Amino acid sequence: MKLLGEDIVTETGEFIINMGPQHPSTHGVLHLKIWLDGETIKKIEPHLGYIHRSIEKMSEKMSYRQFIYLTSRMDYLSAHMNNQACALVVEKALQVEVPERAKAIRILLAELSRIGSHLLWFASVGLDLGGVTPFFYAFREREAINSLMEENCGARLTQNFHVPGGILEDVNPDFQKRVKEVIKQLKDNFHEYDEILTGNVIFQNRLKGVGYLSKEDAISLGCSGPTARASGVVCDIRKSNPYDGYEKLEFDEVVLTGGDSWARYQVRMAEMLQSIKIIEQMIDNMPEGDIVAKTKNVIKLPKGEFYQRVETARGELGVYIVSEGAATPYRCKYRSPNFANLSAIPIAAKGGKIGDLIAIMATVDLIIPDIDR
Amino acid sequence: MKILLAYSLSGFASYLHRLLSGFIPDAFWLMVTEMVITGVCLLVFLILLAFFLGYMERKVAAFMEIRFGPNRVGPKGTLQIVADTVKLLFKEGLTPDLSDKFLFNLAPGIIVISAMLAVAPIAFAKGFQIWDINIGVLYISSVSSIAVIGILMAGWSSSNKYSIIGAMRAGAQIVSYELSVGLSLISIVVLSGSLSLNDIVESQANGWWILKGHIPVLISFVIFVVASTAEINRAPFDLVEADQELTGGFNTEYGGMKFAMFLMSEYINLFVVSAVAATLFLGGWMPFHIGNFTAFNHIMDYIPSSIWFFGKTLFIIFIIMQFRWTFPRLRIDQLLNLEWKYLLPISMINVLLVTLMAIMGWHF
Repeated sequence: MKLLGEDIVTETGEFIINMGPQHPSTHGVLHLKIWLDGETIKKIEPHLGYIHRSIEKMSEKMSYRQFIYLTSRMDYLSAHMNNQACALVVEKALQVEVPERAKAIRILLAELSRIGSHLLWFASVGLDLGGVTPFFYAFREREAINSLMEENCGARLTQNFHVPGGILEDVNPDFQKRVKEVIKQLKDNFHEYDEILTGNVIFQNRLKGVGYLSKEDAISLGCSGPTARASGVVCDIRKSNPYDGYEKLEFDEVVLTGGDSWARYQVRMAEMLQSIKIIEQMIDNMPEGDIVAKTKNVIKLPKGEFYQRVETARGELGVYIVSEGAATPYRCKYRSPNFANLSAIPIAAKGGKIGDLIAIMATVDLIIPDIDR
Repeated sequence: MKILLAYSLSGFASYLHRLLSGFIPDAFWLMVTEMVITGVCLLVFLILLAFFLGYMERKVAAFMEIRFGPNRVGPKGTLQIVADTVKLLFKEGLTPDLSDKFLFNLAPGIIVISAMLAVAPIAFAKGFQIWDINIGVLYISSVSSIAVIGILMAGWSSSNKYSIIGAMRAGAQIVSYELSVGLSLISIVVLSGSLSLNDIVESQANGWWILKGHIPVLISFVIFVVASTAEINRAPFDLVEADQELTGGFNTEYGGMKFAMFLMSEYINLFVVSAVAATLFLGGWMPFHIGNFTAFNHIMDYIPSSIWFFGKTLFIIFIIMQFRWTFPRLRIDQLLNLEWKYLLPISMINVLLVTLMAIMGWHF
C-alpha cells in the first residue's frame, strides 16, 4: 500500500508510525518512531530535541542567584524540588548552614509538590487509558495544593521559592492551618481514587503484566524514582543521601518487585500516602527563627566541582557544577530523571500492543521538557 | 380513556392520507409523497434527538465529573449543542489532498444512512410505527452492520496511518460483536415466535420478557447491552476512535459537517440499540403489566405508551452513558478475548436454554 508516494510497509513487513511530536498521549513533544507488526510493537526509537532550550548553556551566563530559577522549566511539576537541588549545591559549595525553619518549609513544600505531581500523574493515567472521570477527581485536590502554593509562593506551578541559603520569604501566618486543610481533603477523598480507578477490572487488566522492566535493566539504564522502585531498585535519595533534614523524618521507601505498569502505579499511589505522613510529622513542630542564612550579595563559588542530588517526583535529579571561582558557573550539567527513564520505554514496550505503549508511557510518567532541557 | 389508550398518530395519518389522495389520484405517486413526508419528519426527529442526546451526554458526564457542564448558551446550556453544530456547519469542508476523494466524502453518508435506516421498524408508541415489516429484528441487525463498511471506507481513504489502524480495529471488533448481538436477539425471537417488532411487543402484554424469561433472558439482556455498546463503538469499547492511542482513529482527518455526521450517527446508533433493547427485553411501548392483575394493568394503561417507550429507551441510554464515563478503554486483544472466549460461548449456551424454555413452556 502506498501513502504519500511511499510504501508504508517495510521489506520485512513492518508498518512504521511516528507517534508524536504532536500526539495526545506523549504529553508533550516527544517523538517515538514505532515499527509495528499488526498491532504488536517490534521496535521503538525515541527522537528528541523538539523542546531543547539549552538550559545548561544559559546557566553558564547567569549568577548563582539566578540560575536556580531556570530549572523550574525542566520538570515543571517538580519545580520546587529542582530549585532545591540548585540551592543545595550552592550551599554545599559555600558551606552555608541553612536555618532549621527554612529547611522545614522546603521539605513541606517539596512533599506537597510531590503529591501534586503524583496527582497529575494519576489524572493522566486515567485519561490515557480512556477513563476521563478520574482526571477531575485528581484535579480537585491538585487545585487545593496549587492554591496553597499561590498563597505562599505567589506562583502556582513554578514556585521559585528558593534562594541560596534558605527560602525567599516566610510563609503566611495561616500556613499550618491551610496545609492541614489540604491534607485532610486529600485523605478524605483518597478512597475515591481507589474506587474509580484502582479497583476497576479493566484498568487492572490494562496494567498488570504490561511493560515489564527487570531490576537489572532498570539499574543498567539508570532509571530512578518510582519507575525504578517498582522494579525492586532501592534508590530513594531522601533515604540514601538525606538532605535538608530528611534524615530526621520517619517514612518508608516504597519498593515493589513487580516491575510492570501495575507496580509502578502502586508505588506512586503509596508514595502519596508517605508524603502525607512526612507532612503530618512536620506541620505541628515547625521551628521558629530565620528563613535565610547570610550570604554575600555576589556569590562566588570556590574553584572546584560540586554535585548535589535530590529526589524529585520522578526520580534522581543531579546538579553538577564546575566552578572556576567566578560569579557564574564554568559548566553546569543536570542529570535529569526523565531522560534516563525514557530509555526504559523501548525495552518495556517491546512486544506489546499500541495500547500497552500508552499504558507504559503513562506509568513511567515522563515530563518531556525535562528530557531535552 | 379510550383516547388515552389509543394514544397514537394513526388517526392523523389516515386523515393525511385522505387529504393527499384528493390531490394525487395515482396510487404510486401518493405513496412516494407520503414516504417523502415521513422521511423528512424522521430526519428532523433524528437531528433533534441527536441534539438532545448530545446535551444529555454532556450533562451526565459533567455530573459524574463534579463539574457543571454546558450552562451558558440558552437556558441551562440547552442551546450549546446547537451552537456547536452551527460552528461545525460553517467550518471548511476539507478533503485531504492525498485521500481517495470519492470514498472519503461517501463514507460519512454511508454511516449516517445505515444508522437512520435502522430506525424505520421501531415502534415508538402503540400504533405508531413507520414501517411494520414482518422481519423487523433481522432488518435492524442487517442494516446496522452496513456501518462497518463506512468506517473501513473512511479509515482507508483518509491516507492516514492512524486511520488505517482504526479501520482495521473496526473490522475485527464490529464483526465479532455482531455475533453476540445476533444471538441475544435470537433468544427473544425464539420466545415470542416472531421477527416482527410489533408482535414481539404484543407478546409482552402480560409481562416484559426480562421478567417472564427467568435468568437466561436476563443474561441475554446484559450480553446485548455490552455487545451493542461495542458494536456502536462507544467507550469502553471505542478502540476504533481511541483518541489517546490513535488520535481519533478512523475520523482523524474529518472535520466540519462530515465529522458532525459521524457524531450524529453515533447518537442515532445509541438510540437504535437502546430502543431495540427496550422493545425486545423491556416491552417497548407496552406498559408494565402483571399477568392477570387487571386493575393494576388498567392503571398502568393510563400512562401513554410513548412515555413508556421513551422512558425505557432513555434509561438504557443513561446506563450506556455511565459506562463511558466510568470505565477505561480495553486493549484490542482483551476486547476480542471478551467476545470470543466469554460472550459468544455464554450466549450460545444461553440460546439453547431459552429454546428449551420456549419448547417446554417454562416461562410465564
